[in-house]
Amino acid sequence: MIARLRRTMLFVPGNNPAMVKDAHIYGSDSIIFDLEDSVSPGEKDAARLLVRCSLEALDYGRTERVVRPNALDTPWAVADIQAMVAAGIDVVRLPKTETPGDIRQLEELVAEAERTSGRPAGSVRLMAALESPLAVINAYEIAKASPRMVAIALSAEDYVTCLKTTRSREGVELAEARGRIVIAAKAAGLMAIDTVFSDVADEEGFAREVALVKQMGFDGKSVINPNQIPVVHAAYLPRKEEVLKARRILQAAEEAEARGSGVTSLDGKMIDKPIVERARRVLELAGEA
Amino acid sequence: MEIIKIGMAGTLESCDASVLVEPPGEGAPGLSLEIQCPDRRFAGHVERAVREALAEAGVASARVSVRDRSALDCTIRARVLAACNRASGKATS
Repeated sequence: MIARLRRTMLFVPGNNPAMVKDAHIYGSDSIIFDLEDSVSPGEKDAARLLVRCSLEALDYGRTERVVRPNALDTPWAVADIQAMVAAGIDVVRLPKTETPGDIRQLEELVAEAERTSGRPAGSVRLMAALESPLAVINAYEIAKASPRMVAIALSAEDYVTCLKTTRSREGVELAEARGRIVIAAKAAGLMAIDTVFSDVADEEGFAREVALVKQMGFDGKSVINPNQIPVVHAAYLPRKEEVLKARRILQAAEEAEARGSGVTSLDGKMIDKPIVERARRVLELAGEA
Repeated sequence: MEIIKIGMAGTLESCDASVLVEPPGEGAPGLSLEIQCPDRRFAGHVERAVREALAEAGVASARVSVRDRSALDCTIRARVLAACNRASGKATS
């Protein structure tokens, strides 16, 4: 079985019918229907209905459908979550998550919505967007707060505002948060998703940032423009020689296992569990089982 | 659902529909629909989608005006439901 990839999570404004209906045609791994920052307070009800009706009517193919509801301390959060769960959303990505208690509160709302809408218990997965210094400090506890959790994500704009700084091209102000989030996610067995890159005209800067976060261990990146999707996918696509080597490693490991051995060698180098896991990851990214 | 005031939803952007729902005229209960489409061939289809959404909302008496901009049925449904909620005073925006 091929694991789900989340190399790209495309934000789509929830009250824009043209973008909501076409969100899946750009090939991102996930779509994030946004009911939060891109929707004005007076249009929250209309956006919620538009995304709900679209989810119920349209086939988004294999693209994962994620919603960003309004934050738990707003008057819209409960209605957002009830409507999205009933409409069949795959994942709820909670903004402004600060503590594990936020995730537990979200989990209760989602479980209640599953019950009232007749969806199987546990079918909706959760993500947390970390947008403050406190959230980053609590990253591991947030990641472990629910068995429904699949990923934690850095959301940089609010984070740098909390730090009383701004975003730079080099991203030095995000280095600590990125490192902590990757480590927390991996320790909890989840994916780590990097923040958006807002300057869509700066293609070189975007490609440089994608290379950086991939090397750090992030599993993907939130994107705000379809043009950013192929750049990320290209960066995460393994080279041909990496794929060939990964296939040989897995074959050697399977042969060793058949012999009852947990370790073997290939081209004179030891093949053990971490190397086998990395080989599997390469093949996942290459789209192979 | 009773329509007690004017409610609007949607825009005139491409792929959207602008919907206005208001109380029925004096002595003229029931539904009164006005549909504007970029292509008149689809007016019947749009009217059907509007009537289905009004039935879903439980609106039996109102004046409804729809200016369609080639919206999908699901968009028309969403905009009609939003306009009805607003016109009934039940919107929770």
